[in-house]
Amino acid sequence: MAMLEIKDLEVCYGVIRAIKGVSFEVNQGEVIALIGANGAGKTTILHTITGLIPAKSGSILFEGKELTKTPAHKIVSMGMAHVPEGRRVFAQLSVLENLKLGAYTRKDKAEITKSLKMVYERFPRLEERKNQVAGTLSGGEQQMLAMGRALMSNPRIILMDEPSMGLSPLLVSEIFDIIKVISEGGTTVLLVEQNAKKALSIADRAYVLETGNITLSGKASDLIHDDSVKKAYLGE
Amino acid sequence: MEFLSYLVSGISLGSIYALIALGYTMVYGIAKMLNFAHGDVIMVGAFVIFTVSTTWGLSPVVGVLISIVFCTLFGMLIEKVAYKPLRKASSLAVLITAIGVSYLLQNAAQLIFGSSTKSFTSVVNIPALRLFDGALVISGETIATIIISIIIMIALTLFINKTKPGRAMLAVAEDRGAAQLMGINVNATISLTFAIGSGLAAVAGALLCSAYPALSPTTGAMPGIKAFTAAVFGGIGSIPGAMIGGILLGVIENLSKGYISTQLSDAIVFAVLIIVLLVKPTGILGKKINEKV
Repeated sequence: MAMLEIKDLEVCYGVIRAIKGVSFEVNQGEVIALIGANGAGKTTILHTITGLIPAKSGSILFEGKELTKTPAHKIVSMGMAHVPEGRRVFAQLSVLENLKLGAYTRKDKAEITKSLKMVYERFPRLEERKNQVAGTLSGGEQQMLAMGRALMSNPRIILMDEPSMGLSPLLVSEIFDIIKVISEGGTTVLLVEQNAKKALSIADRAYVLETGNITLSGKASDLIHDDSVKKAYLGE
Repeated sequence: MEFLSYLVSGISLGSIYALIALGYTMVYGIAKMLNFAHGDVIMVGAFVIFTVSTTWGLSPVVGVLISIVFCTLFGMLIEKVAYKPLRKASSLAVLITAIGVSYLLQNAAQLIFGSSTKSFTSVVNIPALRLFDGALVISGETIATIIISIIIMIALTLFINKTKPGRAMLAVAEDRGAAQLMGINVNATISLTFAIGSGLAAVAGALLCSAYPALSPTTGAMPGIKAFTAAVFGGIGSIPGAMIGGILLGVIENLSKGYISTQLSDAIVFAVLIIVLLVKPTGILGKKINEKV
């Protein structure tokens, strides 16, 4: 059984159908890329999975549990973390306070300290700046903070929305290296990206989303050579 | 000496404004709404004390404790019944509902207690402090108000910054969606905010009616508006701002009463507000945050 199974998902904004019956699945340990142009519905899908937007119909099964009826604040403790688009760190709080909020639902202090150490190892920059207010960090550092904050919940699956947005090419590579490390550490990754080339280079499988429908899917290494993908998303 | 006397009673009045302003500013920061019924919770709290201590004859301290518990629950009830169903409605709809709740409370109080002004027995039982051979007399109410307000403000600051529910409040205030992704229950956090704000309003009601012992169904209206002004003055959404704004407002009001004119004091207070907002539209401690995207 797939770890995360989305079936016939429909999402509407008022009368506009943004997601028109999308089905896909994510297996334990995979890195899955969801690629598509601006407005295709990638972010909407992630928001619906973590409950920020209600689904119109269809189902989202995570480890066998239905998420469409689960309130947003209960999802993180089920083992799913979401790094939202635009990072959305708590700008007025310090780096450390942001990370602690990532572990908000966890009780075991020793385990939280362990996670914090792990996050600092992965992102040494965050430890250097732990007392700095998050709003004063650079874009790349904020992205690292958003990822670190998500890791603080010790998730089995992590959803990442446009982690490369607005970052310099050098930082983009750094962020993707980190995603790879996170995946190698055993965490399943569902990655939404406009930077299709980068996303396909680290993903196992990928789905191409076009105006609310999945139009293509397959192994990332195949899609990267697919002519239509090349033309539409890779600029070749 | 005269000046000192005006100043001390101004700080005392301002502390009451600050306690009320905290409720306004916290609800605004966390639930993103102006709860114009907040001032009337003061009146509700004072009537609870009046009922318990004057009508039932129990000790005023018991009255205050019952009033705090009652207002805390009552604030949560108002939020649940009147505001929670409007969570996704336009802010104008919520604002009008809040004004409606305010009138509802005032009229319900009128129905239950009548519209005549009741004389409120002070809940404070501390002797007045005489300084400089009796040249400066500070009333027991003034002393109690200042001490209690200081304790509450310190406790609230510690609660917000050091406890998990306090942190959750800060997170919800900044980004409701991101807070939910952290596992924070936004509805529970908003409810807690109303509980704390209304509990503080009950304390403010006890202190206000002890210092100015007249109680009627509209008792909360003017202090409510002034406390709202204080919250805007200090920077709405900011907790230290509400404290500073409240105290400054009380001091300005009392000094203008003492040196300029009793009739004009309110006009002067609001004129100062207008000037502050012209110079610094976000209030004294309000800040505009430039977010990186």
